[in-house]
Amino acid sequence: MNALLFNSTLVIYAVVTAIYLLYLLKPKDSLGKTGLWLTLAGFVVHCGFTVNRYLEAGHTPITNLHESLSFFSLAIVGIFILFERRYKISILGSFMMPLALLVMAISASFSSVIPPLNPALKSKWLAVHTIMAFLGYAAFAISFGVSIMYLIQSHFLKTRRLGPMFQKLPALDLLDDISYRCLTFGFPLLTFAIISGAIWAETAWGTYWSWDPKETWSLITWFIYAALLHGRLTTGWRGRKAAMLSIFGFVIMLFTFLGVNLLLPGLHSYK
Amino acid sequence: MNIIVVGLSHKTAGVEIREKIAFSPTQMEKPLKTLVELPDITEAVIVSTCNRVEIYATTRDVAGGMARLKRFLADYHNFPLETLEKHLYSYHGEDATRHVFRVASSLDSMVVGEPQILGQIKTSYGYAAEFKSSGIILNRFLHKAFSVAKRVRTETKIASSAVSVAFAAVELAKKIFGELGDKTVLLIGAGEMCELAAKHFINVGVRGVMVTNRTYERAEKLAEEFDAKPVRFEDLMDHLPKADIILSSTGAPHFIIRENDMEEVLRRRKHKPMFFIDIAVPRDIDPKVNDVENCYLYTVDDLNGVVATNLEQRKIEAAKAEAIVEQEIGQFFKWLASLDVTPTIVALRSHFDEIRKAELAKTLSNWKDLPPGAEKKLEALTNAIMNKLLHQPTSTLKRTDQGSRNDLYVDALRSLFDLQTETEQENLMELED
Repeated sequence: MNALLFNSTLVIYAVVTAIYLLYLLKPKDSLGKTGLWLTLAGFVVHCGFTVNRYLEAGHTPITNLHESLSFFSLAIVGIFILFERRYKISILGSFMMPLALLVMAISASFSSVIPPLNPALKSKWLAVHTIMAFLGYAAFAISFGVSIMYLIQSHFLKTRRLGPMFQKLPALDLLDDISYRCLTFGFPLLTFAIISGAIWAETAWGTYWSWDPKETWSLITWFIYAALLHGRLTTGWRGRKAAMLSIFGFVIMLFTFLGVNLLLPGLHSYK
Repeated sequence: MNIIVVGLSHKTAGVEIREKIAFSPTQMEKPLKTLVELPDITEAVIVSTCNRVEIYATTRDVAGGMARLKRFLADYHNFPLETLEKHLYSYHGEDATRHVFRVASSLDSMVVGEPQILGQIKTSYGYAAEFKSSGIILNRFLHKAFSVAKRVRTETKIASSAVSVAFAAVELAKKIFGELGDKTVLLIGAGEMCELAAKHFINVGVRGVMVTNRTYERAEKLAEEFDAKPVRFEDLMDHLPKADIILSSTGAPHFIIRENDMEEVLRRRKHKPMFFIDIAVPRDIDPKVNDVENCYLYTVDDLNGVVATNLEQRKIEAAKAEAIVEQEIGQFFKWLASLDVTPTIVALRSHFDEIRKAELAKTLSNWKDLPPGAEKKLEALTNAIMNKLLHQPTSTLKRTDQGSRNDLYVDALRSLFDLQTETEQENLMELED
């Protein structure tokens, strides 16, 4: 059942990605609509997978890379649907769905066996800490996608290449605004995730902060986004500069999430 | 029944002729009533806009009808017919239909794709309906034109891009700022194109406009015209940070806005984007300003380039639209042909005959002990009943002296007995649509 739901989600996301990439080349409204409906269908199946996995495992299914990546992808798709509906920009799908698919595909490469739960993870904090962290990550992912769109649109305007893709991409100010909203949504979540993680660490390992690589890199990520938000609010970092920083922040965030788990041994190494 | 069109447009007559021939929209009753009282003319609709004056009418005699419409146009406006005739075009049948479909779809407009013309034809048709000068044929004719125009609008991108420099500037600004409602425009100098662009920005509802000029009095005068704030030219750099959209067309021989001014300007406006439109030749704004982050600079050549691309796109879309028009002409003529009396009578008779035969066959198959010869007698009886029933409607239809009422009967019969086949499927479009 688990495998069926997981694979169905993967297939639907692959189809959606193909549709959205086609939409990028040939911006026909019908393609955008089909893309969104299929995304919704994929999201429902994906939720089904997550719930089913929760019931089978008996705990929040974010304890290894297979589960975490799948949940990350689910959060990206969920937040994408919210933003697509709120701002009516189909082309956002052309940037977000390939990312969601990629994350799912990486998830598929890890073992889907449900392992016995590590004693340190047996806590009510598991759900709070991980769900907040991944919702925050997903918001940063949307900000990353929108920032790429900003750079492309800004490039079109500067070089006067005003083709069909230029017409479909939203106004610069709107993209900048969405990116900013994602940051104001993601940053508090990341902050709470770090705080709740510290509290959990105290109960599990007896210390709030032990400078394990994951903790260190989370703090670095937090500082980058804090600096970006601060810069936006005070010195008016916006437009290209903000977009590039948001992309940089996302890359660091990905390293915190994946690189640290896979490359740097520490307390958080759950493969 | 034939459809004819007589008229003139921006393509055949100058404005000095067009304004003399135009009909006032508030006084449509008199000309419309006069038209339908003319011999040979059964229905009429007048379309009168600043770019065209056209009369659509139905007549049994094409040449006679056209001559009467021409004479009417000349007489009504006290204009010499010989002079007027040189500017008039006239179409009938398929050409008339093609013409009205193209006009409604804005393929015959000065700026192809501009949407106003459809509304103007709908208003004209409204008058004709109000004063009862249009009937079954022109009603269908114009409704068909509206639905063709709607198809063209939804199936092609004929009106989706800006085709004037001023509009292109507005569209580009929207791609930078999204909504323009909280944006401020700064007008530097007073070129004609600049003023036009400023007007477009005011039309789409920018928050404020500032005007500056080397001579302050000129700035004040312009400011009054635009309900804007005049700014002294010496204070330009103080006001620049407040402006989101800058339109410049001074006669200055050197740049008045330089790249190295921009760092300070952007810092003061917290790096919010700026859109510069330099219409001056020689240029007012250093081209390097475009390299500054969050600054977008377009010259008049760039804007012309945008317009040319859009026009090219419109040409492609117009070709698609023409294809739609050709398709729809065929459909309309099928309907018009259905209004001919003879095919309708034939269709009506065969419709009744089919029913008669079917019912007779059903009865006979259930009737086992029928006396010899009864079958023939029943056949004759049902035939006689059918002929009696159809006699009166047939002879009424065959009378040729009843003008447009004939079309009405034919249309009603075809609808009542569902005689029409492929032509009648589409519903009439709502006038307000």
